[in-house]
Amino acid sequence: MRYRSAFDIIGPSMVGPSSSHTAGANRIGQLAAQIYGETPAEINVTLYGSFAETYKGHGTDRAIIAGLMGMKTDDLRIRNALEIAKASGIHFEFKKGSLEGIHPNSVRIVLGKGENEVNLVGISLGGGSIEIIELNGYNIRFSGDYPTLILQHIDRVGVIGQIGMIIARHGINVSHMEVDRQIRGGPAISVIEMDQLVPNSVLDQISESELIYQVRQLEVV
Amino acid sequence: MFSNIKELVQLATGRYTSISEVMIHREISETGKGREEIFSFMKKQLSIMKHAVEEGLTQTVSSPTKLTGGDAKRLVDYYLSNKTLLGQQGNSAISMALAVSETNACLGRIVATPTAGSAGILPGVLFSLQQRFNWDEEKLVLGLFTASAVGLVIANNASISGAGGGCQAEVGSATAMAAAASVELAGGTPDQAAQAVGIALKNVLGLICDPIAGLVEVPCVVRNGVHAVMALAAADMALAGIKSVIPADEVIQTLYEVGNTMPREWKETALGGLAATPTGQRIKQDLDKL
Repeated sequence: MRYRSAFDIIGPSMVGPSSSHTAGANRIGQLAAQIYGETPAEINVTLYGSFAETYKGHGTDRAIIAGLMGMKTDDLRIRNALEIAKASGIHFEFKKGSLEGIHPNSVRIVLGKGENEVNLVGISLGGGSIEIIELNGYNIRFSGDYPTLILQHIDRVGVIGQIGMIIARHGINVSHMEVDRQIRGGPAISVIEMDQLVPNSVLDQISESELIYQVRQLEVV
Repeated sequence: MFSNIKELVQLATGRYTSISEVMIHREISETGKGREEIFSFMKKQLSIMKHAVEEGLTQTVSSPTKLTGGDAKRLVDYYLSNKTLLGQQGNSAISMALAVSETNACLGRIVATPTAGSAGILPGVLFSLQQRFNWDEEKLVLGLFTASAVGLVIANNASISGAGGGCQAEVGSATAMAAAASVELAGGTPDQAAQAVGIALKNVLGLICDPIAGLVEVPCVVRNGVHAVMALAAADMALAGIKSVIPADEVIQTLYEVGNTMPREWKETALGGLAATPTGQRIKQDLDKL
């Protein structure tokens, strides 16, 4: 089920005008910035479908940039997010894309350059609910409704079990998990949605494994 | 726990006492949080909704485009000094719904119920009923849980977004949610609430999402006002014992199918419907020049 909580329906509290085109877009931006690890200086956004046709009226551009600067859906500064970003020296570019078969409200956000680049596709489902459906070329899905771990690792027997064991040992329940890999035995990515945040000490424990390159924990947006 | 309206009504008449109680129990088991914490978060949402109503009613706000604003106050001035056709209750609901939608168009703070484009309907209905019956806040919070149970069913079986299913999905779900909440708060049974959902949704089927220049202003703002009254009408009909011959779940399925076959021009792309009229196009061109 895509919608689970009463507050998926009565909420979010937000700055208008559109829950899908403003609040949803903002949440995708917030997740992207958390994955990047800091406020990005270089932002490239491609909008598809209804996002592309109506983004100016809905403030989709303002909302995404605000999210990338860490502003939440009900932050009144969303209104001036583009000006704030420019004043802080953030370079951003918006363009319209057309792709057949893509969700009517889709956005591709590319942050940074080179090996630190984050390249993701998010979709806005309505009422502020969203899903990230692609991250750095991997097909993985997560919603931002739960604390989420993103792990880059090697595709090898036991890695996932190892991660699961460490999390379970601290009494943390996994609600959803996805794995995708480039090639067998090559680089892979795991996304784990949990019922609560993992303490930093546990994150350190996970990153001790030499099969895991990077661990990133995302807060609920 | 429940995936459709039928199961929701069964739980509300069997194990639990009302639809709102079913929803609260589901939320407790879904989140692991306590009843008090969940209740107080919903109360916070209610207070943001109330603030959005007050902001829209007291300020002669005008949206950045100047397309909308001030209509909520205009209607209040009218119904307080005239014998209206619809009566005070209906006009009060409309004015509060307009107030929230105008606040939203002015980039003010609102609660998406279930979406921002349809955010006027539920507060318009609930706060106007509160004004008339002197209901306390706790009672209204229960109404929000009832509304969210109905919204969850529609969201998971059809759609609540204009881009996904047209305006019938967005304003339609808000109307059904407000109708069900009104029935429960007025003392109706869970089955009557379900009938109200069916009656409300039957009357929004096919409604297209065609905002001028893609803005959540025209026709969204007045649509919130009119549908607040439709929610009250559906609730009154259900409370009178009128049934929705086609059960709510089948109407929701129909809404889903109509949304799927609706052309993309009518799903929040601003390419068809009112957005494509000569006036709609002219407004868009004028705004593009700004």
